[in-house]
Amino acid sequence: MLDAALGDRQADRVVPPTGHTVWLTVLTATAMAFLAVFALALALATGRLADRWADSLAQAATIRVSAPPEQADAQVDALQAILAATPGVAESRVLDQSEQAALLEPWLGADLPLDTLPLPRLVEVIGTDDLDVEGLRQRLAAEVPGATYDDHTRWRQPLVRAADRLRALGWIALTLIAGTLAAMVTLAAQAALSANSQVIRVLRLVGARDAYVARAFTRRFTLRAAAGALIGTTLGGLAIAFLPQADPAGGFLTGLSFAGAAWLLLPLIPLFAGAVAFLATRRAALSALARFE
Amino acid sequence: MIELQGAGYSYGGAGLLAGLDLGLAQGSFHFLTGPSGAGKTTLLKLCYGDLKPTSGQVLLDGRDTRSLERDGLARMRRRIGVVHQDCQFIDHLSIRENVALPLMVAGRDVAAEAVNLAQLLGWVGLAPRADALPPQLSGGERQRAALARAIIMDPEVIIADEPTGNIDWEMSQRLLTLLAELNRMGKTVLVATHDLALIRAAKSQVSARVLRLANGVLSSGAEL
Ligand SMILES: Nc1ncnc2c1ncn2[C@@H]1O[C@H](COP(=O)(O)OP(=O)(O)OP(=O)(O)O)[C@@H](O)[C@H]1O
Ligand SMILES: [Mg+2]
Repeated sequence: MLDAALGDRQADRVVPPTGHTVWLTVLTATAMAFLAVFALALALATGRLADRWADSLAQAATIRVSAPPEQADAQVDALQAILAATPGVAESRVLDQSEQAALLEPWLGADLPLDTLPLPRLVEVIGTDDLDVEGLRQRLAAEVPGATYDDHTRWRQPLVRAADRLRALGWIALTLIAGTLAAMVTLAAQAALSANSQVIRVLRLVGARDAYVARAFTRRFTLRAAAGALIGTTLGGLAIAFLPQADPAGGFLTGLSFAGAAWLLLPLIPLFAGAVAFLATRRAALSALARFE
Repeated sequence: MIELQGAGYSYGGAGLLAGLDLGLAQGSFHFLTGPSGAGKTTLLKLCYGDLKPTSGQVLLDGRDTRSLERDGLARMRRRIGVVHQDCQFIDHLSIRENVALPLMVAGRDVAAEAVNLAQLLGWVGLAPRADALPPQLSGGERQRAALARAIIMDPEVIIADEPTGNIDWEMSQRLLTLLAELNRMGKTVLVATHDLALIRAAKSQVSARVLRLANGVLSSGAEL
């Protein structure tokens, strides 16, 4: 099949070697594949991020209890009683002092004298789908005046939107990269075709079918683009693999990587580049052939 | 196999050929003569589908060349061997590869025909030059190579445009003998030439018709 599409070496000899323009195609494919690795990583990483924020945080909420210190314990107890009786609450947990300190540490530094700060108490709630958030809010307002239910939607929504947008940009970048490769290969193929018009004419005169003539060109451009893309993909993959690791909670930039099986997508880049080059060259060849009877 | 019905051709502007009727019966031998610029090459191009008639029609195997699809035309050309006036080689391939080109593009196994190829090159006297490139050959050597390429596919029809233009008398005689031999084997031959001596010499070997092209019309000359 591949051989039928690409033609044999013998047919390849029919078109003279084109010297340094060979390297332009290889170089373009290398650069485009290198960029494609990053665009793909961006699309996949932001995709993962958006999913994570959308899923795990959708279920999680925090209830903040701000009350004078002497009432705080009583209010938290009342709150826990309510939560225990509310259907759809899978889990609830009061954050202890050290956890709160850990949350504040990035902002206020270590060695925080927590006891001297009037901090609200935090209760983490993991809800299921049938948690009636409105009902819970009303009950809290009536029975635990210091409690505020925060389901994170306010800051989660824009983040999820931003991540979705980044993911879309990643895919758009991939499309543009494929389009650029196709355009570059088309130009290179057109140059080769017009430099070899005598070869094409002779081939047609001695009875070559259009497909045969086209193959003499598609073979070399497909192989060059695939080889260039292989180099570019390897370089891009290495660059990503050796990206400095920040802490796992770091932003999405340090998360720019491939998760497990996603690495298997990389070999598709040279294949895809080869396919793009094949189609572009074939199109250019068949349209050039129309000039020859 | 080749038939012209009221065929005409114009390169734009005034018509060059008009209302040509010609049937090349299987096994016939025709010479085409006429002054330079009369349109002999143009007529031959109509016969192998390199040009499509601008009026009337040209039938190859009963099919109008204008409606013949491109692959069909390619297959037709494997059955018509052509010696072009300007030879038409691929310059970076050796003479051997150029002569084998029709086999190659038809998907035939070139290695399997190596003996055939060597014999043919020997016959046209190019065995020692088989590895040379076309631009390194003399005009006559190129024409002999072109003839070898025209017949390597064992075509039904052989069309030669001034095949003796650059070769000496002895070689032209050999070439004529070969064409006559091929004709006796049942092949249809059409040769465009200025060379009246060649036509006269053919008298003894084949029964050929002479077609004269002048002022865009074809007049049938004497049967030799
Ligand atoms: N591609 C072309 N475009 C325009 N005019 C052409 C073209 N090819 C040939 N002609 C003109 O058509 C006329 C016939 O050309 P053609 O080559 O058929 O003549 P010919 O009989 O083969 O001549 P010769 O005996 O010198 O080979 C000539 O006047 C030539 O200038
Ligand atoms: Mg001529």
